[in-house]
Amino acid sequence: MLQHMTFSSDASVCELHVNRVTVQMGKTTIVSNLSFDAKAGEFLAIIGPSGSGKTTLLRAMTGELVCSGDVFLAGQDVRGLSPEIQAEMRGVLPQASQISFPLNVAEVIGLGLIDRRHNKNARTRRLAEALSKVGLSGFEGRNYQDLSGGEQQRVQLARVLCQVWEPVPIDGPPRWLFLDEPVSSLDIKHQYQIMQLAAEYAARGGGVVAVMHDLNLTLTFADKVLVMQKGQRLAFGATEEVMRSDLLSKAYDFPLSLTRCAVAGAPIVVPFNGR
Amino acid sequence: MSEMTFSERPMRLKNWFGIEAAGTGNREPLARAVIALLVVITAGSMFAGLAIGPISIPVLDVLPHLPAHLFSSREGAPAGVSLRDWIVIKDIRLPRVVLGALVGAALAVSGAVMQGLFRNPLADPGIVGVSAGAGLGAALFIVLGGSALAPVAAVLGYYAVPLAAFVGGLITTLLLYRIGTRGGITSVATLLLAGIALGALTGATTGLLVYVADDQELRDLQFWGLGSLAGSNWEKVTSAAPIILVMLFAVPFLARGLNGLTLGEAAATHIGIRVQRLKNISILMVAAATGASVAVSGGIGFVGIVVPHLLRLTIGPDHRYLLPAAALLGASLLIAADTLSRTIVAPAELPIGIITAFAGAPFFLWILLRRRGLMGL
Repeated sequence: MLQHMTFSSDASVCELHVNRVTVQMGKTTIVSNLSFDAKAGEFLAIIGPSGSGKTTLLRAMTGELVCSGDVFLAGQDVRGLSPEIQAEMRGVLPQASQISFPLNVAEVIGLGLIDRRHNKNARTRRLAEALSKVGLSGFEGRNYQDLSGGEQQRVQLARVLCQVWEPVPIDGPPRWLFLDEPVSSLDIKHQYQIMQLAAEYAARGGGVVAVMHDLNLTLTFADKVLVMQKGQRLAFGATEEVMRSDLLSKAYDFPLSLTRCAVAGAPIVVPFNGR
Repeated sequence: MSEMTFSERPMRLKNWFGIEAAGTGNREPLARAVIALLVVITAGSMFAGLAIGPISIPVLDVLPHLPAHLFSSREGAPAGVSLRDWIVIKDIRLPRVVLGALVGAALAVSGAVMQGLFRNPLADPGIVGVSAGAGLGAALFIVLGGSALAPVAAVLGYYAVPLAAFVGGLITTLLLYRIGTRGGITSVATLLLAGIALGALTGATTGLLVYVADDQELRDLQFWGLGSLAGSNWEKVTSAAPIILVMLFAVPFLARGLNGLTLGEAAATHIGIRVQRLKNISILMVAAATGASVAVSGGIGFVGIVVPHLLRLTIGPDHRYLLPAAALLGASLLIAADTLSRTIVAPAELPIGIITAFAGAPFFLWILLRRRGLMGL
């Protein structure tokens, strides 16, 4: 029954290829000549101080901002793809999401159920699954605008998850999640829950690119890290290679050191105050 | 924030319809029930519009003859109906009811689409000056149609005034969008203030036209200011109906896009909506429908703001249901208001614009007060 369409085994279909991307706003250069490659199946974190161009880079990758240079997703130039095709290939979670009319939670998440092959029952089931994944089971009938900032953020994530539910669809290349500070408005429990979700998505073969502020969460969950500074790539590589005291201190212009948590044994970043 | 969210929480209607929406969040059954009810209400108001008037007529005796005789050129009344009754129904009340339904639907749907497009429940063609722009277009043609623009008027026939109103409305909407929107975000304050400025500009230009107008043209111009369905005839119905019907049938295809736009322009693009195309079509639709309505009935205000708002409170903001429901409620409300305007000071007539403004302006203030904190005004 299952119609197996094998897409090209060429490695580029599993990749996000960013080449010499420059974004200018007026005369200011926000992102400057930045290149990197990411693979599906990996969690890539973009870190750097505020104003280093992380969000701008993400918005250039999702086609929201005009940029020079190339952004290729699954071997295709994203600028040549229609919004419909892009929506099937990747979901985007914005930083904060105000909605203009009092939709309820089910209706907001329903906006992410773009696959028209699904019938009503399948949609209802997926909606409930997505809500339970973000820890908001039973919230279907709640007014979105009545929710707290953290709850709204999790509803938006559920919407994005519904849009790109299968990390590796049977008839296409792996899908991608682009997350802009997905956990910055959440409490610690939900921060870990959401990061776990994102890491799981990558583990199941999807691609994840997340702009991150929290260095410890980045250490715990990211496979690869891109460090930005003043719109440029300061470092890029595997988490353990990049997350070094000297490099982080330089990136943030603030003394930081890496140590091991005495209780859990996991690496953590702490401010180094010399005492 | 909490102030607005409380005020816009949907009413609990489950006791009326026996439909529980709170648990599953599925308001579609409720929306369908409301639309079915609105179909009945619209039919009822059309019947009342035909039946009620200074002359009492046994409408039930006349109605059965209408379908067969409406499009025939045969003179005289059908058997068993007096000529007077026949003329009152066929040539006076029926075109008026039909025009009222078309205009009401057009105004309400234009309001709903514009609010979706600007992402704000206070955007309305009347309030932001689109109707004024359309009125100016129409006024230009009424005054200059006999002289400077005579060749154009001769070619377009009775479509000339609606088309001029459409162009006027379109130019105003485009201007508003350019002024009020920056980087995909529409500033409500800028929008409303720009609307005031554009309104003053179009008002002054219309005033200029008054100077060069003759007596008949003056009377026609006066009519734009207040808005009225008096003087409805089949010619007006034929000139406005094609434009309004095209809009009413096209607009459901915008519903999914307008729902997506609730998330903002960027997020709407990310779920696969062609935002620029959606905006272009919406602006064209709003301008066309507002233009056609203004051309045949002048500036009838507030329908476009009251109707969508009431419906959002009952069935929620999903445009797939909001748009058809707005068409129905707009039609029935305008027919009801017009019937009232014909009877309240009979045998004289009150312009319908006065009634909709008396009902709508306080309503507008009410919405404004409830959203005050949110808008930073």
